[in-house]
Amino acid sequence: MSDSSIALAPPSPMSDARLERSPFEPRALKSLVLTTGVWVAAILAGIPLVSVLYMLIVRGGARLSTSLFVELPPAGFEMGGGFGNAIAGTVVMIGISALLSIPFGILSAVFLAELGPDSRLAQAARFATKTLTGMPSILTGVFAYAVVVLTTGTYSAPAGGLALAVLMVPTVVLTAESAIRSVPKITRDAAYGMGCTRSQVIWKVMLPTAMPGILTGVMLAVARAAGETAPLLFTALFSSYSPFSGGVPHLMQPTASLAVLIYNFSGMPFENQIELAWAASLVLVLLVLAINVLSRWVGQRRV
Amino acid sequence: MTPTMEKSSKANRSGAGLNGESGGASVMIDCKLDQVFYGDFLAVRDSEVQVQKGKITGFIGPSGCGKSTVLRSLNRMNDLIRGFRFEGHVHFQGKDVYSRNVDPVAVRRYIGMVFQQPNPFSMSIFDNVAFGLRLNRFKGDVVARVEQALRQAALWDEVKDKLKNSGLSLSGGQQQRLCIARAVATEPSVLLMDEPCSALDPIATRRIEELMIQLKRDYTIAIVTHNMQQAQRVADITAFFSVDISKGSRTGYLVESGPTKEVFESPREQLTKEYVSGQFS
Repeated sequence: MSDSSIALAPPSPMSDARLERSPFEPRALKSLVLTTGVWVAAILAGIPLVSVLYMLIVRGGARLSTSLFVELPPAGFEMGGGFGNAIAGTVVMIGISALLSIPFGILSAVFLAELGPDSRLAQAARFATKTLTGMPSILTGVFAYAVVVLTTGTYSAPAGGLALAVLMVPTVVLTAESAIRSVPKITRDAAYGMGCTRSQVIWKVMLPTAMPGILTGVMLAVARAAGETAPLLFTALFSSYSPFSGGVPHLMQPTASLAVLIYNFSGMPFENQIELAWAASLVLVLLVLAINVLSRWVGQRRV
Repeated sequence: MTPTMEKSSKANRSGAGLNGESGGASVMIDCKLDQVFYGDFLAVRDSEVQVQKGKITGFIGPSGCGKSTVLRSLNRMNDLIRGFRFEGHVHFQGKDVYSRNVDPVAVRRYIGMVFQQPNPFSMSIFDNVAFGLRLNRFKGDVVARVEQALRQAALWDEVKDKLKNSGLSLSGGQQQRLCIARAVATEPSVLLMDEPCSALDPIATRRIEELMIQLKRDYTIAIVTHNMQQAQRVADITAFFSVDISKGSRTGYLVESGPTKEVFESPREQLTKEYVSGQFS
């Protein structure tokens, strides 16, 4: 009753409008409870992230030194040592998987978004890709084991790279497709209106315009692949030697990686190896961060 | 109204030197669209328009009357729409644009287009204007040509110090002038403008209109507008389209065309009179 009379009355200095806060009104209480709830949830969600980063910096940072980057992993009771070979192996395998998955993924995305978005092939491919996104990573390792390890007869960096590439492709395809689709139709019209052929529209206009979105997808994929252990266990295995010993690349042999090193060393009963596993974790996180920053920098230079 | 009646009225109105098919010196585009379909939908019928060299031809009419469809048929932009087909012909400088051995991409390089929404590419201002030049492997001085195009589009003074900035950082009116600069950089023979001012404020609209009148010296222009005042201000020749909803569908057709003054001041058709006097829109 009082509400409606306020609503109907014209605002005038004579009417006693109530403008003060009334904190115990039901809707004010509800708002307070919900706000508190959101804050608590946000803080709870942040705890694992912050604590992992804290532990990494404290325990991994303690061991950080230049020798880590050059020396080879120590054997059982040895002291010191490092994981230069694992860093090199991770970089090589990420590189191989990026070379395989990025062109493949972007070309597939072009097909899905531009060339035949409603074709049967596209629908099947899209469904398969979405299914693959949720595939357990160990299965990509099994796949690469069957395709590369069994045929070449050895664990190798290319086998690891392939396993990671299979893991990366779905992420790259799906994010690149949605990035290409989100290029406004008027931009496409402009390109056709300028007299572009279909391939010029795609290469000169659509892909450059979609590049920031595509890079985001690539980064997500790289970051995931860099931390994957399972696909590498069957494919690259591990090695205590550098893939570049003597200055020449030896890729067709078991290859070390940071993820597998962390997995191996963290379970060992030796303090030295456990410290190295912590340091390797920190280095891995920094590596992913560096790739992320680099790709953003590259992506932004195109205006 | 029968098609024959329309044709005779148009022939009378279009004035001297317009003998359609032969493509006389003054006719840049001669188009005769008997039927235009999108799938099963008949979008336009019985529309015959000539775009004369060095003049501005305005296409006016209520929404849904097919004026944009007609405009986009001229440079084969409609090819991009699935289900598009038509009966009739479009002759550009005497050549059939829809002939089997004509490349639609080449057509669009001769007949440039400016769209309703400003649509610069997400690249620098310079690259936007240079885009068409690079596409055509322009051999001359790209920098000079970009400057010339920006001057023609009356944008040079506003952007000369920030050519490296993104084209998307400009205001709406500036973006539209950038699109005009991009279109004229390659010196097309004809410039099609599809409601180029409908997304702009009155001041930006005014600038674009002044610009069109300047560009008339070098280019042939066809412009779609649903703003009748705009047609009166800029168009030399006006084609009035209307929409026929009699058969349960919405089909656009040409009612009449002729010199703008005559179409607005002494229209032949009752429908035109009602439209230009604002009785429907």
